[in-house]
Formats: sequence, C-alpha cells, structure tokens
Amino acid sequence: MMLKYLLEKEFKQMLRNRFMSKLLIALPLMTIVVFPYVTNQEVNDVKLSIVDLDHSPASSRLTQKAASTDYFRLTDVSPTYPDALKRIEAGDVDLVLEIPPDFEHDLQNEGTASVRIAANSVNGTQGSLGAQYLASLVNDYSREWREENGAASLAMPEVPTFDTHVRYRFNPMLDYKVFMVPGLIVVLLTLLGGALTALNIVGEKEAGTIEQINVSPIPKHLFILSKLIPNWIIGLIALTFGMTFGWAVHGIVPEGSLGLIFFFSMIYIWAVTGAGMVISNYSDTMQQAMFVLFFFLIMLLLTSGLFTPVDSMPLWMQRLTILNPIRYQAEVMRLIYLKGSSFGELLPYFFWLCGFAVVFNTWAVMSYRKSL
Amino acid sequence: MGNAIEVAHLSKAYRRQVQALDDLSFSVETGELYGLIGPDGAGKTTLFRILTTLMLADKGEARVAGFDVVQDYRRIRNLIGYMPGKFSLYPDLTVEENLDFFASVFHTTVKANYHLIADIYQQIEPFKHRLAGKLSGGMKQKLALSCALIHKPEVLFLDEPTTGVDPVSRKEFWDMLLRLKQEGITILVSTPYMDEATRCDRIALIQGGKFLGVDTPQRLVEHYPEKLWAVRSEHMHRLLADLRAYPYIQTSFSFGETYHVTMHTQGSPDDLQAYLSQRGHRAARIEAILPSVEDCFMWLSRQLSHE
Repeated sequence: MMLKYLLEKEFKQMLRNRFMSKLLIALPLMTIVVFPYVTNQEVNDVKLSIVDLDHSPASSRLTQKAASTDYFRLTDVSPTYPDALKRIEAGDVDLVLEIPPDFEHDLQNEGTASVRIAANSVNGTQGSLGAQYLASLVNDYSREWREENGAASLAMPEVPTFDTHVRYRFNPMLDYKVFMVPGLIVVLLTLLGGALTALNIVGEKEAGTIEQINVSPIPKHLFILSKLIPNWIIGLIALTFGMTFGWAVHGIVPEGSLGLIFFFSMIYIWAVTGAGMVISNYSDTMQQAMFVLFFFLIMLLLTSGLFTPVDSMPLWMQRLTILNPIRYQAEVMRLIYLKGSSFGELLPYFFWLCGFAVVFNTWAVMSYRKSL
Repeated sequence: MGNAIEVAHLSKAYRRQVQALDDLSFSVETGELYGLIGPDGAGKTTLFRILTTLMLADKGEARVAGFDVVQDYRRIRNLIGYMPGKFSLYPDLTVEENLDFFASVFHTTVKANYHLIADIYQQIEPFKHRLAGKLSGGMKQKLALSCALIHKPEVLFLDEPTTGVDPVSRKEFWDMLLRLKQEGITILVSTPYMDEATRCDRIALIQGGKFLGVDTPQRLVEHYPEKLWAVRSEHMHRLLADLRAYPYIQTSFSFGETYHVTMHTQGSPDDLQAYLSQRGHRAARIEAILPSVEDCFMWLSRQLSHE
C-alpha cells in the first residue's frame, strides 16, 4: 500500500534527524519545567522604602509589620519623601510608604490617620498589586490597633464590620503553576504539531523533492496524510512528555480524566497540523513559512487567554478570540486539569475544535495543488 | 504508436510579460533521443514542466505517450521519468532507500527493472548505504537517473542532466543514454553544452521560447550556409577587435583558442592574412574548418535577431 511506503520514508527521515529528536525532549522540558517559573506573575519581594516622620511606637509597629511579610523587602528608610522618590528613580525602591508626623496622635484622638503610598508603575502589575497589598496591610493594622485600644476610642460609634473570607475554588493556594502548566502544554502542542508540519512540507519544496512526488502517480490525499500522521504522533508524544514533566517537577496532575485530555488534544493536534499545512501551501521557502508562523503564533498566543485573561481584553478583541483555536484548547486543558470537567460540560469546546479541524484540513487539501 | 511527444502551438508567459514559450510546435518519434540545445532562459525548463504535467500552458496542446498533458495527466505520470536540473532526491535517505522509495511509489520493485539501471547503478552500488546528500555531483546524477528509470518509463525527460558534472562522468552519462535508447525509451534531453548535441538523433536549437532549427546534428552542420574559418594569432586579445574592423567580415565569435569567422564574398583568407599582418599579427593562421553545432546555433540566433 502506497501510504505505508510514504510513512516509512517519513519516519526514516524523522528518526535520522538528530535535531528533531532533541527538540522533542528539549521543548517540553523548557516549556513545562522552566516556563512556569518564568511566567510567574505573583508579586513577591517588592522593594519598600519607609519614610517615618512620626517616630512613634505606632509608626514603628507599622514599619515592622510591613517588613515582616514576604511581599515586601525593606530596602530603604529615607528621612523625607523627596529622598525616597530619588531612590525610586535610582531603581532601589519600588514602593514608598510615608507615615505623616501626627500619625499616632490622629490615630488615638480621631481613630483614623492617613498614610501616603507611592508606587513605581513602570512595571504595571508589580506597581498596582504592590500598592494594593500595602493598602490592605495598613487597613489590617488600623483594625488591630483599634481593637487593642478599644477602650481609648469608645467615643467612636460602633461601626458594623464585615468579615470577609475568600475561598479560592479549584486552586486553593492560588498557585500560579497549577494554572500555567495546562496552558503551556497547549503551547507545546501548537509548536510541535503546527510549526513542524508547516516546515516539513516547505522543506520538500525547497529541496525540490516535491517535484519528484508530483510527477509520480501518488494521489495527493495520501501524500498529505503521510505528512500529517507523523506530526499527530509527535504531538501526542509531546503531550505525554509535557504531562509527565508537569507531574514530576511541579506535582501537577489532572483532576479530570486522562482519556479526555488525550481525546481533546487529538482533535486539537488535528486542527493545528491542518493549519500548518495551509501555511506551508502558501509559502515557497522555509524563511517565508517561519515568518508567517511567527506572526500567527504570537498573535494567537497573546490573545488566547494563556497569559492574560480574555475577559480583561477590549470587547472587540474578546469577540475576535472566538476564532482563536488556542483559546479553546487552553480552556479545555485548564477545565480538565483544575476542575475535572466531564465531556458533557466540554461539549461546546468539542464542537468548536472539530470545526477548526475540519475547516483547516479541508483548506489544506484544497490549497495543496498537485498540478497548477 | 507514432510520436512519443507531440507539441502544437504551445505558449507560456510568466508575469511581467516574459514569454517563456512562443508558439512552439514539434514532435519526437518513439524511441528517439531528442536534444534541446539552448542557453539559460531559453524556455527549456518551462517546456519540461509542461510536458511532465507540473505546469499548465497558456495556449496550445501537448501529448506525451499519446495522452493529453491536461486531461490524462494521471496516465502520463505513470509513463514518464523526470530528472529535473536541480538534484531533487531525499538527501537524508541513503542511495538504496531513495531507489526503493521511488520504485515503490510507482508500484514496482528495484529487482523488476534492475536490468535497466544495472550499468549506472553498479557504479554507485558500493555507496548504497551512504546518504544521497553526501554523494559527489556525478554520483548524484547517476542516482537521480536510476530513480527516474526504476519504473521503466516510456518517455524520459532529462533537464540539463550533465550541468555541473565532470567531463568523464558526462561522457559516461551519454553512453548510458544511448543504451537506454536501445531499450526503446524515448528521451528528451536538454543541455547547454553544444558538444553533447552530436550524440542526439535530432536536435532542436531553442532560444527565446522559439526553435531556431530542428534537424539531425549532421544535417544541421551540413546546411551551414557559409564558409567557416578559424583564425588565431600571437595577439589573441587584439585579434578580435582587428577582425571586426576588417571590412569584409560577416561574423566572428570566440571559440576556445580560436576565432570562428565568416566573410562576405569580397573577402578571402589571403586578403585577411595580408590585412592582419599589416595590423602587426605576424603569425596569424587562417584555416578552413567544418562548422560545429555551436556555430550553427550562433549563426541561426544571429539570423533571428536580424529579422
């Protein structure tokens, strides 16, 4: 059978390609083991400067409280606010807490006192999150203070207070890695499934071997199939590696069924290999294919919700992400991994992914013209 | 059976108005070794790509082995062997694997048609476990020819098979083609080397997408209409300018170590000799020679540009 010979040839070439086999290990290793640390968006170790103009027991207790959390590292104590700002400019400090001269006095007599918080927002996430942490820390402090000195501030009317307890479902520790690893597995599938398919066929174009195939009686669907099947297998191997690394290094195991993950991944790989074929059909050289790939990969990855939530994008972009296959698979993986969703709950995703797969593969077959 | 290749009024233009083929008509008899001789950009590769069903012509018709290149392209693909100018086998497969692969995609085996390729393949067989990409130029050509032949094609298309191949391998390659011809395989071969043309049954001189002339190499040479002289002297650099300044000169072209010239009726070798010695060429030698295919090509292409 023709397909057997074609596949035999593909696998021979693949196994002989030393670079490929290294890539198959190195890429999952990098994406799954190293990336979760790199793409960490938790705010830790914010460099804090305190300008204490009060020099009272109350102010030094606040200073101690701020310095004793993991979020902040007290790197500077400046005599005045302008001095602290200079330290921000020098990059020694991210966040400034200024305690005004009458801090303790106001706290005792009026029950409230204000402090100033200034954040360096060059790194927006760090600035805003750092400022928020600091603000809540100050609030916390004032509550403690009131409780302890309750007797002294009896004059204050009883303010009803809410005690809020937040429970994070499905990721109780809000561990960033639990959230990222399933998403990064999707990146892996996209790179190894889609990109390699695109480059493989363009490679034959560049080598001129596609001419030899075209003058032979090989039917075009068999030739395409012989290019896709090895990449499906590569994709599944990558998935296995990715999940194994996720478990071995980060201890992350899916909540839901393993079979379901493989099932959805197969549909997804089917879709991205089809997309890779389409790109290769419109490119004449590896270089061209690389640039087209690069363009689409960056666009699609950044809008997939992998790194920033889709809900925080502008509305028009949110609508556009309906056409982003990476988004669906990323959500599927997170739902199965974190929430343990069942097939019934994922039905809409199933239809969308099947839709992408059918469209891309049909397009691929149509655009692959055997005779011009 | 008739003609293996029939081409009628074939035209093909690329974007920006490059006329690659210009109303071309010719036919190749079954079992013939037919040479296409012409410079780069003459339209040879375009013609090959249309005949091997890789490209569609703008106008005209072509039939290969009795089948239309557009309607019956599937039938044709089973019947032809094509060796493009650029080496296009899998460089990451071994010699043997390449051959096996191309045999199997044509539903045959290396064993079944081994006799066809035996002569060439035996020369590369010692290296059969070597990757095709690591072969030398001449060996690559032999492997490519083996792969194009392994399914016993009726018509063989060879696009500049000897370009970039050393003279010894070139000669061997042509010996090989003559043996294939005896097997009854029709061969259409293109080459920029005029000296190879004499080994074809018939040759077509092609330039600018048109045939300048078609004939057997022998008759083409016999029909050369002028008397041809080879001129040489001790000052070869100056000689060309001096020759062109000679009033009765018709054509003069550089051919290796001599200049080939034709003269108007008023000129004669003696007169030319006298003229040249006047110009300081003391040891100038003028000999009558028989024209080569290249002379014919130069003469015909000059006629075309004068029209």
